[in-house]
Parts: sequence; structure tokens; C-alpha cells
Amino acid sequence: MGDGFLSALLTDPTLRVVGLGAGAVGALAGALGCFALLRRQSLLGDAVSHAALPGIVLAFLLTGSRATPVLVLGAAFAGWMGTLFVMAVVRHSRVPEDSALGILLSVFFGAGLVLLTYLQRTPTAAQAGLDTFLFGQAATLLIQDVILVVGVGAVAILLLALFWKEMKLLCFDGEYGRVQGIPMNRMDVLLTSLLVVAIVLGLQTVGVVLMSALVVAPAAAARQWTDSLGVMVLLAGVLGGLAGVGGAWVSTLGDGIPTGPTIVLLASAVVVVSILAAPRRGILWDRIRLRRTRARLRSGSPGSALPGDTPGGGV
Amino acid sequence: MTEEGRAGSAERHLLDGAGDAPVPALSVDDLTVAYREQPVLWDVDLRIPQGSATAIVGPNGAGKTTLIRAILGLIPRAAGRVRILGRPLEEVRREVAYVPQRGSVDWDFPTSVEDVVLMGTYGRLGWFRRPGAQEREAARRALERVEMSAFADRQISELSGGQQQRVFLARALVQDARVHFLDEPFQGVDARTERAIMGVLHELRDRGDTVVAVHHSLQTVPDYFDRVILLNVRLIAAGEVETVFTEENLRVAYGGRIPYVAAPPAGEGPGGGGSGMGGDDGIPGGATGGATGRDMPGNAKGGGH
Repeated sequence: MGDGFLSALLTDPTLRVVGLGAGAVGALAGALGCFALLRRQSLLGDAVSHAALPGIVLAFLLTGSRATPVLVLGAAFAGWMGTLFVMAVVRHSRVPEDSALGILLSVFFGAGLVLLTYLQRTPTAAQAGLDTFLFGQAATLLIQDVILVVGVGAVAILLLALFWKEMKLLCFDGEYGRVQGIPMNRMDVLLTSLLVVAIVLGLQTVGVVLMSALVVAPAAAARQWTDSLGVMVLLAGVLGGLAGVGGAWVSTLGDGIPTGPTIVLLASAVVVVSILAAPRRGILWDRIRLRRTRARLRSGSPGSALPGDTPGGGV
Repeated sequence: MTEEGRAGSAERHLLDGAGDAPVPALSVDDLTVAYREQPVLWDVDLRIPQGSATAIVGPNGAGKTTLIRAILGLIPRAAGRVRILGRPLEEVRREVAYVPQRGSVDWDFPTSVEDVVLMGTYGRLGWFRRPGAQEREAARRALERVEMSAFADRQISELSGGQQQRVFLARALVQDARVHFLDEPFQGVDARTERAIMGVLHELRDRGDTVVAVHHSLQTVPDYFDRVILLNVRLIAAGEVETVFTEENLRVAYGGRIPYVAAPPAGEGPGGGGSGMGGDDGIPGGATGGATGRDMPGNAKGGGH
């Protein structure tokens, strides 16, 4: 299977484009997802991706164009509006953030579905395909779409590298940065913007419903294997990229297999393995350690300080 | 109050011309902070001289943490003026170090002890520069001062509470500041950590730095600090420990229930219910004379508990 995959990737030009695009989407979402995960903003990713749907449909209704840059701009705009809306609600009311995000998610997504349904009743031929944004279809990626994803993604990663230490401080202890005079609010806006960018770039491939899983899953898996932020971001990028390439390939095998669910299933499998098997943080290792400790205590070796627990003292 | 914009050339002159002596490390005028129209701090005036160690003391909800956070610009002030070393905070950030409550961050964050200490250099490094050999050397020395050298490469989730606190202190030390604000540095730490932290704070004070710390244990105030700020939304009193840290003032600050200290028989109702007694130096006018030294609540032997 791996053999067929590799040769297919090398020989089939369509698959090459699709694989590259999906891989770039996964890598970008994985890397930036680490920051969302560490800041406990995973739900924000979910809200942004759902909020993007009405933006996509409106962008098409207004321009009549199905070109990816147009739709991505619409998605980004709606995603950003949604984020600002949540920030305003949290600041000016007593609604807690998770509730505000939940409201945003369902209201915007509902509006998007209404628009999409309306669109499907109109006899425009071009609208066919907008509903692929629900669950994603990597096969619809064109070479220029991939160039867009790779180009914008590269800029996002470059910005992340340039402001690396500020981003790290923002996620660990933002107030401490403010006291040192680092403009943490602007760093916050930058990081959130990069996350929005990573999400909207992935919508065509993964879809609005499951995009947030690609933000969270690689990061959650990577966290299990390392205690260094740099390694975590790299690893999450690699895992996300692999999930993207693999999911895109599987979805091209049959007609109409949506890419989003396939990618997310692959990424989730990696998470499950990581949570179970990762050294130190994994559940299996926890069990093994516990068993060893118990055995040591029972045998009364030097580690144990229990009174009366003498070796060979048969009870 | 309205001279925020022109950080007077006169003030700067004072600082540069006259050396350390005349400029207070911290001066606060008419500081008021409110959450949703509820005042948390009301009309606080303070002067803290350089080269001193000051405890901020008061009951829960008195606004101790709020005072530090308002001074550091982390929460908006409803009114008031803050000067550090005679200048607005923006001009002296390099001279200000901050040790937040250690519970304010996620200690499962994927990073090492050395990395956290290096965060103290980010401000002076500026944009796009990463910590280099010089910064690592400074971090190593800071860890040495808090007796944490052996832990430099440890993952921070492996630290005990006291070790976390010492790492936070090392991060502040690496800033090489002159005014240090600490929020409950002794909260829930072991005896060794408490000694180590106190040693460092006294070192800082003795070389002329200023230390301001939110502090919970009333017993240790006289041993650890030279000055004390008694706070309960309003400023109750502020000044030298011997003059200000009296049972009368504590009674006013804590509303009659002084924690950890056996309360002698009542009789004198605390007058005024916490009316702001703070004068220029915060010394309660005149009335303290008799009480001075007699009922020092810090004297453990006096307490029946």
C-alpha cells in the first residue's frame, strides 16, 4: 500500500499537486495549532472555521467567482469578524468566552448553511462545488491554489520564526512580557491572525466542519513526545503534513471520498498512539512505572521506607 | 495628574543630578482602581525610598495584588499617577522587575528552567534577537543565586512549588533591575526556599535596590522587611515597620480580626472604620506614638497561639 502510494505520488501529476497542497495545509495548521493548544484556544479554531462558511458563500454571491483567493478572502474576513465579535462579547458582557465561541460557531455556521441552501436552489451552474467546503475535497485543488497555500503559509511560518521568543512568552506568561515593555497585545493579534490564516487556507482541503481537528490533533500528539516548544512545533508540522498527504491520497482513491474526514481520522490515529505510547507522558508508561513501583515496594528494596516491610517477611 | 505627557525635564534633572538619595523608588498619588464601578483601590498615596524592602499587607480582597498590577500598568487606573525612580513606567521599564504569583502560569508548558530564566532578557534583547552566550551566562548566575543551578536543564513541570518560585525570582534577577515587585513570593514554599528568597531580597536591598512584595505572614514582617504598607482598599498606613506595624493599625486594616496574632482584650473601637490616614509618608498622624513597640504583633512570644 505504501508502495502504491509512493509511486502514485511520484507519477501521478494530479496527486502530486493534491498531496503537496494537503501536506502544506496540514503542516501549517499543525505548527500553528501548537500555540492554540498551549493557550487553550482550541475552541477558537473551531469557531473561526465554522464562521468562515458564510464568508465563502457571500464572496461567491458577490463576485460570482469560484477562484480560491476570492473565497479564501471571504472566509478570512468572516472568520476575523467572528473573532472580533467574540472578543467584544467577552469584554462588554458577562457571557464567558466558551459560551460566546459556541454562539458564534452555531450562528455563523447556520447562516452559512442557509446561504448555501439558497444558492443550491438557484440555477447557476458554477455554484456546484461550494458545498465541498463543508467536508473538503482535495481533488478540487488546482496548481495555483497550492501555490497560494504554500506561499502564504511560508510567510506565516517566517513571521512565526521572526517573533519566536515573543510568541513563546505570550503563550507562557504574557503579562510578564508586558511589564518588560513588549507589545503583547499586538503579538496576540498577530498570532491569532496567523491562526486564522492557517485555518482558512485549509478549508478547501479539509472543510469547515473538521478543520479545527487538524489544528488541534497534530499539536496534541506532538506535545506527548517532547518537552521543548521548538521540537513540538516542528513535530506537529511534520505530523500534520503527513496526515494531509495521506488523507488526500486516500480520498483520491474513490470517487467522492471527502478529504477532511480522512485526514482527521489519520491525525486522530496519531493522537491515540501518542497518548498511549509516548515515553514519560504516555498512559502505557504510566502503568509500567506504577507497576514497577508497586513491585519495588512489595519486595521492600531500599527505595521503600515503609516501616515493618522487611524483605522476606512472609505474610 | 495631567502631566503624564511631559515627563518633566525637572524630574529627570533631579534623578541625574542628585544621585540616588532624593528620588523615591516609587511614588503613587491619588491612585484609584475600579472593577465594574466597584473601587478596589481608593485614593492611595505612597512614597517608597530607594534601598528599602517593603511588605504590602492586608486582608483578602484588600487590593494588594491590584496595587502592584496597577503600578506596573497591567490593569487600567481609574485615576492617579505613578512614578518609578521619578519617571513614568514607560521610561524606566529596564529598571523594573516583576515576580508574578507562580500560580498565574501553566507549569506544564513545554520549556526548560533555563528557558524561563532567559525570558527575563527578552525585553532588553529587543526584536529579532535571540538570547546568546552572554544571556545564558547571566541566567546561569541568576540560577546560582537562588540555589537552582542543578536544575537549569530540567523541564519546568518537574519542579516543586518552592523551586518554581525560585525560578521566577531568577528570571527577575536576570533583568538586572533596580526596583523589584513580587506578588506573594513566599506563598506555599518550603523553608529552604523561603530562606533563599529572603537572602536574595536582602542582598538586593543592601546594594541599594528597592523591593516591594505582597506578603501574607504577619509574623515575619518585622524580620523580613524595613517598611510596610497596610492596605484595605484604602491606604491604612505606610512607613517604617517600627512606626506603622502596630496592633492598632492592623486592627483597622483587618477590621478587628487580626489573623495569626492573639488579640488582646478589646475596648478601643477602631475609629473611623478605615479612613485614609496616609499622610505624605503614610505615617498615621500623631496617634501612633504610644503604641510603638509595645504591641508589636510580630513578636511571636507575645502571641498565645
